Amino acid sequence: MRNNSVIVFVLAMTLIVGTILTALFMWLSPRFKVNEILANKKAVLTSVESYLPNKVKDLENEAVEEIFRSNVEQYVVDFEGDPVDQDIIINAGYPSGMAEEIDMAKEEKKAEEDKLFPVFVYQAENGDKVYVTSVRGNGLWDKIWGNVAIKDDFNTVAGVAFDHKGETPGLGAEIKDNPAFGAQFAGKQIFNAAGEYVSVNVQKGGAREAYAQYEVDGITGATITANGVRDMMYNGIQDYLPYFEKVQGESK
Amino acid sequence: MAETATTTVVKTDEPKLPFGKKERRLITDPLGDNNPITIQVLGICSALAVTTQVIPSVVISIAVIFVCAFSNVIISMLRNHIPKQVRMIVQLVVIATLVTVVEFVLKAFSYDVYKQLSVFIGLIITNCIIMGRLEAFAMANNPWRSFLDGIGNGLGYGAILVAVAILREFFGKGAIAGMQIIGPNADYLINTSESWLFGWYAPNNLFVFPPAAMFIIAVMIWIQRTYRPNLVDIS
Repeated sequence: MRNNSVIVFVLAMTLIVGTILTALFMWLSPRFKVNEILANKKAVLTSVESYLPNKVKDLENEAVEEIFRSNVEQYVVDFEGDPVDQDIIINAGYPSGMAEEIDMAKEEKKAEEDKLFPVFVYQAENGDKVYVTSVRGNGLWDKIWGNVAIKDDFNTVAGVAFDHKGETPGLGAEIKDNPAFGAQFAGKQIFNAAGEYVSVNVQKGGAREAYAQYEVDGITGATITANGVRDMMYNGIQDYLPYFEKVQGESK
Repeated sequence: MAETATTTVVKTDEPKLPFGKKERRLITDPLGDNNPITIQVLGICSALAVTTQVIPSVVISIAVIFVCAFSNVIISMLRNHIPKQVRMIVQLVVIATLVTVVEFVLKAFSYDVYKQLSVFIGLIITNCIIMGRLEAFAMANNPWRSFLDGIGNGLGYGAILVAVAILREFFGKGAIAGMQIIGPNADYLINTSESWLFGWYAPNNLFVFPPAAMFIIAVMIWIQRTYRPNLVDIS
């Protein structure tokens, strides 16, 4: 008999707790979504921060939305660089059908031909057009990801913004915390003189003079994270090359 | 049973929410002579992990105060009905529920802080202080006193956490609560690359790493026991 009362107690407790948490989640989840999209927009803008009058962290949420409305066009492309139908995006679990909603963590697990790649085209006040890509890779402890902005020569990096899940503060976390690391990428080129795709190399011990066009300094004590950034840049931007070629082809 | 014996002692004809000398001590003791970190040496793991910056430390402290106080109240209200065999599980479920509520609220209303703290919010569940207070206090006291005890221990934990975070953020990053005070570029109040007086100064990266919290807390324990020799060896 005593055992029965224990079981009843545990079942009742589970039911009550489950109901409370589910209700709370249902009530708040629209806000979660809004926050995630806003954070994604801020990350995109951080990669083109050099074109903005203010730093992104000083921008009000409304100002971020305003920049997105007036200066940013967003597209979703597939691995061949072709635009993806709205229906396919919605069926992939993104009800808004917009690039801003795309979750790279989810896309990463898909087969190459099913992946969706968000593209944000930022129209700067000075007339420059910048293409912001989303990349994702592995750091030392966990995932790292970021946005890479490429100028409309489809060769020069305009800026980057990296983030990470669990890199060590003071070492691997410097890819986000130390603005000087990200600032090195601006102006680097992803193709070498012979026109081959090389991405940007993060070089342990410092960028070598002969390769200064596409090499940046690594981070002392964080070689694995830095190599992760290198691989993420290489693989991530490579996925966008077909799209870049198509845009270049159209404009000619 | 031990629980019922103690509860009968506390039940007297006092006003509903008394705040006398005894109740006041429930709040003040954990701030000094019965501090959960420096005396009971509980909750050390999170004190090492989150104290690199002041603002996350404050948020975690508020979360712990909330979880500690309300899990104490809930367990105290249920204390005579909880089957003995599943006592610990029930405590853990109550804690986990409250922590999940905190996580949802932060994620919905303060997303930046939520992202910064990420896994550490969930780790409040494993904070020994909370479970320790449930077992040691809430299971044997009425809800009001348990509530005060929860607030007191949360505050005691938070006070140490914030103190450690101020030291670590200042010496490790030259800032306090995000205000940049001393560092090598123009964003800082004192720009060491230009100042003739502070040109020698460089932030000590050691303070950013977890071992720094270990020795800062150890020094705090040392100082506290030097001034109060009667605290030596009671924990």
